[in-house]
Amino acid sequence: MMAQTTPQRSGLLAIIKKEFARFFTDRRMVLTTLLLPGLMIYLVYSFIGSAMGSMFTVDEDYAPTIYAVNLPASVQPMMEGADLSVTPVTEAEAEDVKQQIADKEADLLIVFPADFDEAVTGELGGGGVNSVNGVDGSDGSGSSGVGGSSASAAQNPPQVEIYYNSTRVESSTMLNVTTGILDAYKYSLAPLFSVNTAEGGYDLATEQDSAGFLLASLLPMVMMIVLFSGCMAIAPESVAGEKERGTIATMLITPLKRSELALGKVLSIAFISLLSGTSSFIGLLLSLPRMLGDTAASGTETLLYGVPDYLMLLAVTFATVLLFVGLISIISAFARSVKEAGTYVTPLMIVVMLIGVLGMFSQSAQDNLLYYLIPVYNSVQCMVSVFSFTANPPYVAVAVVENLLLTGLCIVLLTRMFNNEKIIFSR
Amino acid sequence: MQEILRVEGLSKTFRLSTKQQRLERTHAKTRVAVDRLSFSAYKGEIFGLLGPNGAGKTTTLRMLATLIKPDSGDATIDGFSIRTQPGQVRARIGFLTSELKLEEFFTPRYLFDFFSALHNIDLQLVAQRRESLFARFGIDEFAEVKVSELSTGMKQKASLAISLVHDPDILIFDEPTNGLDVITAKVVTDYLAELRGGGKTIILSTHIFSLVEKLCDRVGIIIEGRMAIAGTLAEVSPQRSLEDTFFDLYVSTTGEVA
Ligand SMILES: Nc1ncnc2c1ncn2[C@@H]1O[C@H](COP(=O)(O)OP(=O)(O)OP(=O)(O)O)[C@@H](O)[C@H]1O
Ligand SMILES: [Mg+2]
Repeated sequence: MMAQTTPQRSGLLAIIKKEFARFFTDRRMVLTTLLLPGLMIYLVYSFIGSAMGSMFTVDEDYAPTIYAVNLPASVQPMMEGADLSVTPVTEAEAEDVKQQIADKEADLLIVFPADFDEAVTGELGGGGVNSVNGVDGSDGSGSSGVGGSSASAAQNPPQVEIYYNSTRVESSTMLNVTTGILDAYKYSLAPLFSVNTAEGGYDLATEQDSAGFLLASLLPMVMMIVLFSGCMAIAPESVAGEKERGTIATMLITPLKRSELALGKVLSIAFISLLSGTSSFIGLLLSLPRMLGDTAASGTETLLYGVPDYLMLLAVTFATVLLFVGLISIISAFARSVKEAGTYVTPLMIVVMLIGVLGMFSQSAQDNLLYYLIPVYNSVQCMVSVFSFTANPPYVAVAVVENLLLTGLCIVLLTRMFNNEKIIFSR
Repeated sequence: MQEILRVEGLSKTFRLSTKQQRLERTHAKTRVAVDRLSFSAYKGEIFGLLGPNGAGKTTTLRMLATLIKPDSGDATIDGFSIRTQPGQVRARIGFLTSELKLEEFFTPRYLFDFFSALHNIDLQLVAQRRESLFARFGIDEFAEVKVSELSTGMKQKASLAISLVHDPDILIFDEPTNGLDVITAKVVTDYLAELRGGGKTIILSTHIFSLVEKLCDRVGIIIEGRMAIAGTLAEVSPQRSLEDTFFDLYVSTTGEVA
């Protein structure tokens, strides 16, 4: 009874309801614009992530093949201590091993001089008297150990050679590990100075920071592209498509206000685009752990964006999508077909992508209000600032309000275009 | 006789795109589609606009339906100007043409309700009208079938029903029987006659003489955008066929032998 007596039924509401009905009851459309983008992004990014991961890291239980010539008794326990089993080989076999390393079949070949232990301990313990090379007074001449040791090393230090293959991740990793062990040994023999030998704790970036840094550099670009493609999937179909199929004129002979048609279309397209964007975004978030590797992923869990951060992000996203839809709708209204609309929108898409990439390289947000007045770029700026914990709420507000005003302008323009017979009936 | 439509000096000139110029092998930059057209239609009659291809019939009807604006001249429908009161005009007319399509994805029932909402019709009334119109045209069986799956005839009937959601007093039909088989065409023309019986005014365009002779109370022959002659059938073509009158008019206006 209530509904039947409503005096004024809103044309705006009817348009929004129709756009939603068109979309949500079309299983194929829901599938291609809501489910597929998220799924695709998840699969593609997970794939890229694990592919990249296996490219740059070595499995924890990887058993390296390391060979050594003249492996000294002093070094052997250190290598074993690091869980590295070393196979001794003769100098004659060494050439063969080198070939294996070149062929990526073996990881490392360490060649020690035959008298390595004697050379290093002799120099130290004998105070120069028993030094292998018979250099006198290398240790005793100076009062400082520094001068003596470096002098002797400079004259004739025992030479350790490590052969590796830089194009094989496992090989490079083992090179680092082995050099680290030998460096530590060297330091224990002659403690001149050391750099960062304690158990970590030198990187002062918090986990939150480094995760934020990664997100700040990557996400704004991805978000812009994802949001824009969401709008691209829906707006041209809804505006140029209706024009192409002659269904928009059918609505224009009713008393429906053109402004209601424009507003209703922009609002409903924006809502659906946001859903599509959300789907992509969820896919992205789910694939993030795999893409960023374990450390960064644990960082994302500890990411502590506050409620204001999320609110700002939400506002920026909404305003950005509305502006995108407004722009794409206007361009689509000029086009005679969906295909033509796609062609016309492409330059805008390239601009948006470039601006997104720009945001990736300007890793910290600009602290200048002017940057927040440039449409599209201000969205990227806002996202960068929120992700990197440096958001300035008034600036974000300026950007959001500006985008909303521009969307309003787009709707006014679209209204005028719907009123223009040259655009509706363009031949 | 109550004058319900008055057309005065209606004119429309189109700018031709280069593509159009090439297609029509002309160097003219513009095309006068409707040239100072004037006529009147009276309440409860069927007025036929008869003319050859390109005469300006569709352009005239589009102007009356407020889809395009005249360059000069005006028309009043039920006293409301198509130039200055398009909203009032839209609320009073039903417009049916093959160029205005129904969204293929939806069902006739959904579209009927949707257009009723755009016309701001009371929900109870909507259900009532939908039932009677769908029954009248045999759409009821297909009410829940997507428009894309309907036959041409059923589509046309659905369009007709939907153009009547607001029970308009004036109906404007561009080529109402185009593309229909004789049976569907008869359903449509019979219904037009029925509407006239109910006091509605119908303006239709056609190039089919027999349709005019069978259906129309008055006729206007339009050639090259101008009204060559208008009046009752008896006035326009006394004692001979409309076709003969038309050919004579055509030769005398265009100077060509068709
Ligand atoms: N939007 C437009 N732009 C340019 N020229 C147009 C446009 N619409 C119509 N014309 C031209 O105006 C003239 C009148 O066209 P109109 O469609 O009104 O004729 P018609 O009497 O309906 O013809 P038909 O019987 O073929 O439907 C034609 O020459 C047509 O090419
Ligand atoms: Mg026509």
